[in-house]
Parts: sequence; C-alpha cells; structure tokens
Amino acid sequence: MGKKGIETLVGTFVLLGALAVVFLALKAANLASFTTSSTYSVQARFDNIGGLKVRAPVKSAGVTVGRVASISLDTKTYQGLVTLELQQRFVFPKDTSAKILTAGLLGDQYIGLEPGGDDKNLAAGDTIKMTQSAVVLENLIGQFLYNKAAESGDGKK
Amino acid sequence: MKLPDIPQRLGEITLGVLRALGHNGAFFTELVKNVPAAVRRFFLVTAQIHAIGNYSLVIIVASGMAVGFVLGLQGYYTLSRYGAAESLGLLVALSLVRELGPVVTALLYAGRAGTSLTAEIGLMKAGEQLAAMEMMAIDPKQRVLAPRFVGGIIAMPLLAAMFSAVGIFGGYIVGVLLIGIDAGQFWSQMQNGVDVFDDVGNGIVKSFVFGVACTFVALYQGYEAQATPEGVAQATTRTVVISSLAVLMLDFVLTALMFSSL
Repeated sequence: MGKKGIETLVGTFVLLGALAVVFLALKAANLASFTTSSTYSVQARFDNIGGLKVRAPVKSAGVTVGRVASISLDTKTYQGLVTLELQQRFVFPKDTSAKILTAGLLGDQYIGLEPGGDDKNLAAGDTIKMTQSAVVLENLIGQFLYNKAAESGDGKK
Repeated sequence: MKLPDIPQRLGEITLGVLRALGHNGAFFTELVKNVPAAVRRFFLVTAQIHAIGNYSLVIIVASGMAVGFVLGLQGYYTLSRYGAAESLGLLVALSLVRELGPVVTALLYAGRAGTSLTAEIGLMKAGEQLAAMEMMAIDPKQRVLAPRFVGGIIAMPLLAAMFSAVGIFGGYIVGVLLIGIDAGQFWSQMQNGVDVFDDVGNGIVKSFVFGVACTFVALYQGYEAQATPEGVAQATTRTVVISSLAVLMLDFVLTALMFSSL
C-alpha cells in the first residue's frame, strides 16, 4: 500500500476517534448545556449550606436557570457565601428568596429561587437578601429530642 | 537453600529489582528524548498509527459492542430490582466512560498491538537489523522505537473513546430496542449524570496513561528480548502479563486520585 493509502486510512481512523470523543462529550455528557447563553453573577449568604456543591443547579419552579459558581466563607459574618451564575434570559426581582433544597429524599442539594414582587430586577453583583439554610439532620434530631424532653417534663408537672 | 544464603539471595533480588527499575527508567527517558525527532518525520508515526490503530479497530469495536450489550442486560436485571430501570443509560455510560472503556481497551491493546510490537522489535533484534542500523549511524531508538511510541500514545485514547461510544450504543440497542426502556429517559438520565470534564475527561486521561504504559512495556520487552525464537516468545508473553498488571494497578491509583474527592 502506498504512502497516500496509509495516510488516508490513518486519517479516517483519527477522524472516527475524534467523532467518538465528540459523541461522548455532547450526547453522553452535559457539554451542550454548558455554553448556551451568557450569565450574570449574584451572591447569597446562608447560615448553613449543608451538602451544596459547586456546579449544583439553581432552579426556579423546578426549571434549571443557572449553576452555583463558587462557595466560600464570609469571614465578617461567618456565613456561607455562595455565588450563583444565572442565565441572562432569566431575570428575577430584587426581593427573590433563595432556599437550599434536596432533590428527592436523599439526593444532591440544589438552590431553589422563589421570585418576589419587586419592580426592580437583580443585576450582576447583587446579593439575595432573603435566604433559608439547608436542613441539617443532626439539628433536626436534636430539636425533636428536645421537644420530646420538654413534653415529658410538662407531663410530670 | 542453606540458611546463611538467604540474606545473600535477598540482597541479590533487591539489587536486581533496583537495577531493572533503573534500566526501565533509562529506556523510558531515551524514548521520550527521541519523541521530537519522531514527530519531525511524521510519516513514520503515521505508518505506526496505521499498524497499531487501524488494525485494532475491528477487535475494539466488536468488543465494545459486546460489552455494551452485556452492561445493558446485567444493568437492567439489577436496576429493575430497585425500580430504577430508567437509570440504565446512566449506568452504562458511567461504567464505560470511567472504567471499562480505558481498562478493557488497554487490555485488548496490550494483547493485540503490544504483542505485535514486541514480536516485531524482537525479530528485528534477532535478525540483527537493529545492529545493522547502528552500524550505519542510524539510532534505532529514533528510527524504529520512538515512532512506535508516539503512534501508540496517539492511538490508545482514540481507541478507548471508540470503545466507550460503541458500548453506549450497544447498551442503547439492548436497553431501548430489545427490552423496551424509554429512549428519552435513557439519554436524558445519561446526559444529566455524566460530566464532560470529570467523567469523559478523566477517562481520556486514563486511556492516555495506559497507552504510555502498554506501549512502553511492549517496546522495552522487544528491545531487551533474547535474540532467539524462544527469547522473542518469552518477551511477547512478558509484554502481555506486565502490561495487564500495570494497567490494572494504574487504574486503581488513577481512580483513587480522580474519583475519590467527588
């Protein structure tokens, strides 16, 4: 087989391999949803972020409207500082509230946005004022036991 | 073995292992040093990609399809016990892209391309072709070994990606077309759960590392083979055994590094 023949075959092989990689990236993984539209950043502070991870979805009414860009600790207020990247085409009023919710019973955690009624919208760099932290299982159990103890204490009186 | 001989034997073995490690390391360094020269004569590399990659296509695609079929079937039986049969797409894709694609491709590659590389170079050594090249002031490492090394590390990730892609398609055939799972669920669960950089990207990095390891072992065993037919046969066997063990152990190390922090 001549030089041209070999080069054609190898070119075909590399092309097939590249197609396989592209198929895996687009059809099997989530590359297509990465670069859709431009985004703007908004911040929110939570007392406890629970199991929230970077790149967790931000949903409103169940529809994904953005992703969590970064999570850090605000050293002035000792609250968790979460930066959200929301897609440009979704605008929310300034008094939107953010909650940390769990997908299913024991699934991954995500941020749910509930829009308020303000005329002005959130701009890039704004902070969401009203937030609700994640439900921490230990606190819940502690609360339950404390209530039980208080109940039985009242009963004895 | 008499009792006083044991420490001596132990010392012998230790020094032997260290010497072998050093020899391997020196050979690897020589290979890497000659990579730019090989890339400059790119037709040599192209011819090697043809010999290594194109001729492995049939076995990789056929095995990928078969592994995809089996993953679809076994995955369905297990998932349907917990009522999670719709996640079959996710199971098949993650298994293939993270683990089975790189590892099974590397094992097949070691068996098919690794043995052919070792046999070819061992026979060149037995036929004194390598010595003749050195007589003509042609460095055999530059002309013969480095192009095969570059060809191998280019071909491996492509083969692994093809294995994974064909496997996912095989899982689709069994899960959706034969068993009857909803096609939309199959693909959407997969697309939601497989991350491009963490899963597909790490799989490609793994297959690249395995490619380097398998090709290096094949070339080393061929170059150091005893210049007799028995020597070449032994070298070929050693290639498969050492490559396979190296791939499986590297897989554990890489998986621990890549996926444990998720």
